[in-house]
Amino acid sequence: MYDIKAYFEAETIDEATRLLADNPNLIVIAGGTDVLIKIHHGKIQKAELLSIRKIKSLEGIRKLEDGRIIIGPLSTFTQIINDPVIKENIPILAEAALSMGGPQIRNVATIGGNICNGATSADSAPSLFVLNAELKLKGQQGERIVPIQDFYLGPGRVDLKPGEILTEIIISPENYIGYAGHYIKFSARKAMDIAILGVAVLCKIKEGTIFEDVRIGLGVAGPTPLRCPEAEAYAKGKSVSAQVIAEIGRLAVKSTKARTSWRASKEYREHLVEELTQRALKAAIVKAGGEEIA
Amino acid sequence: MLKKISFVVNGKQETLEVDVRESLLEVLRNRLGYTGVKKGCGVGECGACTVLIDGVPIDSCIYLAVWAEGKNIVTIEGIAKNGELSKVQKAFIEEGAIQCGFCTPGYVLTATAMVESGKKYTREEIKRELSGHLCRCTGYQNIIRAVEKALAD
Repeated sequence: MYDIKAYFEAETIDEATRLLADNPNLIVIAGGTDVLIKIHHGKIQKAELLSIRKIKSLEGIRKLEDGRIIIGPLSTFTQIINDPVIKENIPILAEAALSMGGPQIRNVATIGGNICNGATSADSAPSLFVLNAELKLKGQQGERIVPIQDFYLGPGRVDLKPGEILTEIIISPENYIGYAGHYIKFSARKAMDIAILGVAVLCKIKEGTIFEDVRIGLGVAGPTPLRCPEAEAYAKGKSVSAQVIAEIGRLAVKSTKARTSWRASKEYREHLVEELTQRALKAAIVKAGGEEIA
Repeated sequence: MLKKISFVVNGKQETLEVDVRESLLEVLRNRLGYTGVKKGCGVGECGACTVLIDGVPIDSCIYLAVWAEGKNIVTIEGIAKNGELSKVQKAFIEEGAIQCGFCTPGYVLTATAMVESGKKYTREEIKRELSGHLCRCTGYQNIIRAVEKALAD
């Protein structure tokens, strides 16, 4: 049996934020694929859980008339993979979702949990970073919208104030229309593994040969997922060529703060950043209608 | 803390009080006697505890029993009908996809969900769908062949 001391179930967002505000010890649980494992391993003891599984308004994926895509945080990875709005408009998120865990895990794990855990290895994070995802957070005091880049504070730490929950993940049309992207998860196994490095590249190509915009999102290249501002600034307006792509790969390393873990050394991760950024960018260029670069 | 829940297991309506600390795996095995649900790793890595919840394969070891309220659950005990094995089970036997048998219930349930989806799968997609299961005996090839056979029938 799990070491659970108390278990509450909220049916509305208001009920959830009220319960959270009243008891700061409550841990939010949705799919449970992280929280229950932490309890199993004793990292959480005498858990006081607040289930948000029954809150209908946190479900579903939809596209608004203004083009904004709203992803409910209770959406499972399987739902993300199969959703027509995601597949058509932001397939880079579906690619990332498919790389997470295995089928049984994807059938229950939620994207909201993936984000709120604050793990640098979150498989959805590099894609959400390049899509400039915004997060709607709700508490008893009201709601606020935070760019995902500002939401991650450190390893396992996110900008959720006491009593707040994530209610929407928002992708704006200016961040996906005209863009194409590619995601690479580098791990020892193709399934059921944690990334050694995750790389998402999103790009927009002008006149078939010029980088109008390049965005690079990395997971496990630092204490939080991150973007590569130096490489991205360099790319803007440059003609697409193998030399420019190589330089983008080199510059991407500058934004990283990789460390050595049992999975890989810092040096190996940096090598992967340089190499995989180029590979992901080359694939993204083709998807964006540019010419293939060998 | 006890909570009364009602759910269907292998076509049979069950109503019982479960402890909020119990996993669905524990309730199915220890309270209802469905010992075909195997406990392997206990952390969602090995897939031995896989059951179908509303037709979807999930790891019952990391699923709280209270979440099963109102759900339709199928374990390996619910796969054979009227004493006859399902086509997935037959394919596993014909392809020799079983050695010690511990992982087999989970594989059969995932394969059953694949067959029931009516979708076509490439060999790579079959591997991906089976990737949430570990088998330490067979080397996987016979299992993949069995699933291919069940899907082709």
